Formats: sequence, C-alpha cells, structure tokens
Amino acid sequence: MADKIFRVNMTDLSTSLEDVPADWAGHGGRGLTSTIIAAEVPPACHPLGPNNKLVFAPGLLSGTAASNSGRISAGAKSPLTGTIKESNSGGTSAQRLAKMGCKALIIEGQPKDDVWYSLSLTPEGVTINTEDELIGKGNFAVVEGVEKRCSDKIGILSIGQAGEMQMSAANISVKDPDSHVRSLGRGGLGAVMGSKKIKFIALDAGDAKVDIADPDAFRAANRAFTKALVDHPVSQALGTYGSNVLVNIINEAGGLPTKNFSAGQFEGHEQISGETMHDIIVERGGKPKHGCHSGCVIQCSQIYNDLKGNYKTSGMEYESIWAMGADCTVDNLDQIAEMDHILDDIGIDTIETAVAFGVAMEGGVLPFGDSDEMIRIMSEEIAKGTALGRIIGNGAGSVGRTYGVTRVPVVKNQAIPAYDPRAIKGIGITYATSTQGADHTMGYTIATEILGVGGSADPLSKEGQIELSRNLQIATAAIDSTGMCLFVAFAALDDETCLPALIDMINARFGISLNAADVTNLGISILKTEHAFNQAAGFTNLDDRLPEFFETEPVPPHNAVWDFSGEEIDSFWNF
Amino acid sequence: MRIQVKLFAFFRKGRFIKEDRELPEGSTAGEVVDSLDIDREEVGVLMCNSRHCGFDTILQDGDIYAIFPVIGGG
Ligand code: SF4
Repeated sequence: MADKIFRVNMTDLSTSLEDVPADWAGHGGRGLTSTIIAAEVPPACHPLGPNNKLVFAPGLLSGTAASNSGRISAGAKSPLTGTIKESNSGGTSAQRLAKMGCKALIIEGQPKDDVWYSLSLTPEGVTINTEDELIGKGNFAVVEGVEKRCSDKIGILSIGQAGEMQMSAANISVKDPDSHVRSLGRGGLGAVMGSKKIKFIALDAGDAKVDIADPDAFRAANRAFTKALVDHPVSQALGTYGSNVLVNIINEAGGLPTKNFSAGQFEGHEQISGETMHDIIVERGGKPKHGCHSGCVIQCSQIYNDLKGNYKTSGMEYESIWAMGADCTVDNLDQIAEMDHILDDIGIDTIETAVAFGVAMEGGVLPFGDSDEMIRIMSEEIAKGTALGRIIGNGAGSVGRTYGVTRVPVVKNQAIPAYDPRAIKGIGITYATSTQGADHTMGYTIATEILGVGGSADPLSKEGQIELSRNLQIATAAIDSTGMCLFVAFAALDDETCLPALIDMINARFGISLNAADVTNLGISILKTEHAFNQAAGFTNLDDRLPEFFETEPVPPHNAVWDFSGEEIDSFWNF
Repeated sequence: MRIQVKLFAFFRKGRFIKEDRELPEGSTAGEVVDSLDIDREEVGVLMCNSRHCGFDTILQDGDIYAIFPVIGGG
C-alpha cells in the first residue's frame, strides 16, 4: 500500500487522505516537515494562529527493522523563535505512523470555539473526537487514560498543561515502550498543538507493516550498520553512563556553563555526573541502560529510581541535567530527577525551562541553587499558569525581558544549551547560524572539538570552526531525515562501513539508488529551504549573532570571549 | 615533581577518581597512562590543565592531568 499524507483541518473538522506529491516522496523526518512547512505555511503568520501548521513525519527508515530508526520529527513555525522548527524524538510514534502508511500528518486551521479535541489515527485515516476528561491533566495521566480507553499497544503524542496554555517552551510528549514519555522538546511545538486544541493523538497501526522493496539487501545492510554501531566505543559508553557522561569532560574542558553562564566549571560537577548517576541507578535497582524505542542498540536512556527504589524518571539527558544542575548550581541528582519528572508531566522543555530558571535566579526571583523553590514554582506556578509560571514557561528570553537581566543566553530567543561558546567556539557557530535558534544537535561540533571523534579541532581557536559546523549541519539535516537517532553519527564519523550501510538500507527500503553525494545534497537543500523560510519570515544575518555578553564577559577558567566577527559568521552560508 | 591525575568513566574501575602522584622530571602524559595499566588504544581524550594534550606532552610540576576513555553524547 502506498504511503499517504494524512491531513486534518481543525477549522472545519474535516480529514482527508492524499497521495504523496512526487517531490515529497524522497523526503522523511526533518526533510519532509521542513519541506511541507516551507510549501504551505505563510512565513509571516502568527505561530499560534490558524495559518500555522503542525506536521509530524516518521523518518525514511522508521517502522523497519533498521537499528535506531524510530525517531519522529515534528515541524511548524516556532512560537519561541519565530523561525521554522523541527524537533525530533524517540518513543513509539514514528514506528506506528510508518507502519500505518502515514508519510506525514498535517494539522492545519484552528477551531473557533473553546472545545478540546483528540485525534485517532489508523491505517484507514484520521478521526477527530471531542475531549473533556483529560483536559488540564499532565502527560502521565493522559497516557494512562488513553491506554485504558484503547490499549497499551498504541502510540500516543500528547501535551500537558504547558501546551494547553500555549507557553512558548511547551513540548509534545511521545509515549515510549514502557508507557513513560520522551519529548519533542525544543521550540514550543506543544504550544502549536495547544493552539489547534488537540490534547492528544492516538496511533493504532494494528498489524500493518512497512513494505521493503529488497528485503535481502535490507537485512544485509542492517547487519553491517548494526555492527558499526555496536562496535563503536562511544555507543558502549552511552549505554553505561548515558549522555550524562559529558558533565565531567565538558567541565574539565572549562566549557560547562555554570551559574547562568558566568563560569565554565561547576564545583558540584561530580555529584551530577554520569559516573555518579550510574552508581545511584545500580544501587537502587534501576536500569542504567534502556532504549527509547524498540530497535535501539545503543540504549543511552535509563530508569532512575528514587531513594526507596521506586520509579522516578527515565531518559535524563546531559543537557537537562546540566541545565537544572550546573546552570542553576543545583548539585543533587535526586532533586534534578524530581524536576525532570515534573517537567515531563507538565510537558515543557527541560533545557528552555531550566535556563529560564537560571536567568530568574540572576534576576533575584529565587536564589541560585534553591531546588526546593524550583520544584515549587514548577508545580504551583508553571503547571497552574500563574503570572510567574507563564513568564518562566515562555522561556529564558521572556524571563530576561521581564526582570531586566542582560546575561540572557539565547539565540533567536531559544536557550543556549550545555556548552559555553566562548570556551568551545565551534558550537557557537552552530548556535548562531542554526535555522532553529540555539541548538547543539543541529551541528554537534563537540564531537570533534572535545571528544576527538571525526578528527580534532582546538575548542579555543576559531580555526576551521565555520567549516566544521557547516559540514556537520549539512550531515545532520540528512540524518534527521532518515529517522535515525543522532547518536549513530559517532559511528558514522569514525567507521567507514557505517554511512554506506545506512544508504544501502534506504535504497533497499524504497528500491532506489542514492549515493553519498545525493545524501549530502539532501542535507544542503534542507538547510537552504529552512534558511529561505526564515528570511521570508523577516530574519537577517544580524539575527545570526550570539548575545553581547559573550563578547564582553570572559568565562573562567580560560577567560575566553566570543570573538568571531559578524562577517566571519555570515560566511557560514557560502555554500 | 607532583601532579594530579584524574580518571573518568570506565577508567575509574579498580583505580581511583583523583590522585596526586610524584613523578620524575620530564615524565610524559603517555608514561602516566602506561603506569596505570591503561591501554593507549582505549584512551579517547587527554587534558592537561583543561587543554587537550597528547601522549608525548611533557608534564610540569603542579599540572592537573585528566584521562578519558572514548566517550560521547549530546
Ligand atoms: S541512543 Fe538513546 S536517544 Fe538514541 S535511540 Fe537509543 S535510547 Fe533513544
């Protein structure tokens, strides 16, 4: 059965199944969401109005047996940045969508009345239902309630209170195999879903399967690909310590943003490190190794239990732990796990929210390190939508403007994540030029600058950084289209069998014959499509800049400042 | 001369997190790795005073020297 575009119009509550236009056929994941947004959304529209659209797309290989291929992309014009946005996540939804033959789900329009809805997708199409019972509830109650009504086999995409209140940092939750949640985290896509008045989307693929054009070739390529992933030492470290293994090395390098980006090393780094987290997890009978979707062979996720050995949270990433930890000077992993759980339930981006807290601490709203007060504000103010809750829930930029703070680490109004761009300069180029606001995943130069994967570059020197960021941003745009978790990139950068095997799988899935140059060209065209959307939305080269304080405030221990000229940054786009 | 050695991730197993060492003048970073029975092949990153260094870097009195296996994340 040929894949279809599933379309839902929330203005007149109509749905349709459409053939996939020829020039969308080669796209998946980010490439497809960005292509659709660029084709159908007026760049100048209000992100929360009827003219914005919310698009979900599984990757090209999602739903197949390919290792680590279960990532889903969501796209829209972002209410946080005003740019085009793609956010991707694990969980079980990509596989459900792909299996039911849904190339992309496009949600457009906006209901005029004050009624909430849910969507239900099956291979036959979409139905729209009114929703009452779960409105005002957090994501965990939504997952539980929807599973009770349908079955625990279905995939669920949902928003919590933050999305209902259309906060700019609201995310979309994706149910994982254990009925916990992962997040389409960045850029406020939960607010867009809330603006469409959709509380959750239930995905029931039944027994449907993805068609493979050449099953033998596919199996062989997947074997080679899986071997490259499993054999790479980075995969092994990720399975043991999670991505949080980075706390100590980024701290050692002097690039761990601390106390709202006023220092590059955190005294409490050891207490929040991956090594400590691993020991706590094992001691309390949790799981240090856990996959966010079936088919992941790296398993960087984990199950973190509380002091009594009861489940507390899962999938704590380095960036979340850094943001709630070093950036707010909180050195207690149990408090961080508690916050991670609350933010997942409210449905709000851990990075944006915690960086917003760091700015609020700078502005005197609460003391640095006061995790009890953070927890109170999350549950009592953000979840309930008080004035303070909304100020923080609208992100770091919103807090900075409200409280007159000048040290506000954002690019295009999106919070800068866990790597200080003064001490690790290549990542600063990614923050500045990314089509989506500050986002490390768009071009992860840390691999080369700090970790020595895929070559090496001096993090304190400007040399070669623009080219490094450009090459990685191009490659990432392509990988984000395959449905692959970005952590396959470590093997892809180092092991020369990895990328060809990945391309072979795409070819065997669709019966086509892409080569490496086609994949690079795909990445280039995605970046250019996204950049053109942003320009049409009013962004210029002057928006590709880091906040001024990075140029004027040296960050210890290296006492480095951000010293790229505007002209140098602009040369990023010379391709 | 005296230096501080820090170990991370797997390298801590059966060894230590942080230790001061007395070394002869002119000792290299690689010699410290060898003395700890760490296979050079398994080393991902070496840092001396928070800057990346190599096996042949000559350590100085008071240096803080960090040894990491191949790790990643993001
Ligand atoms: S490596 Fe981590 S993020 Fe990637 S698919 Fe596996 S569990 Fe998910």
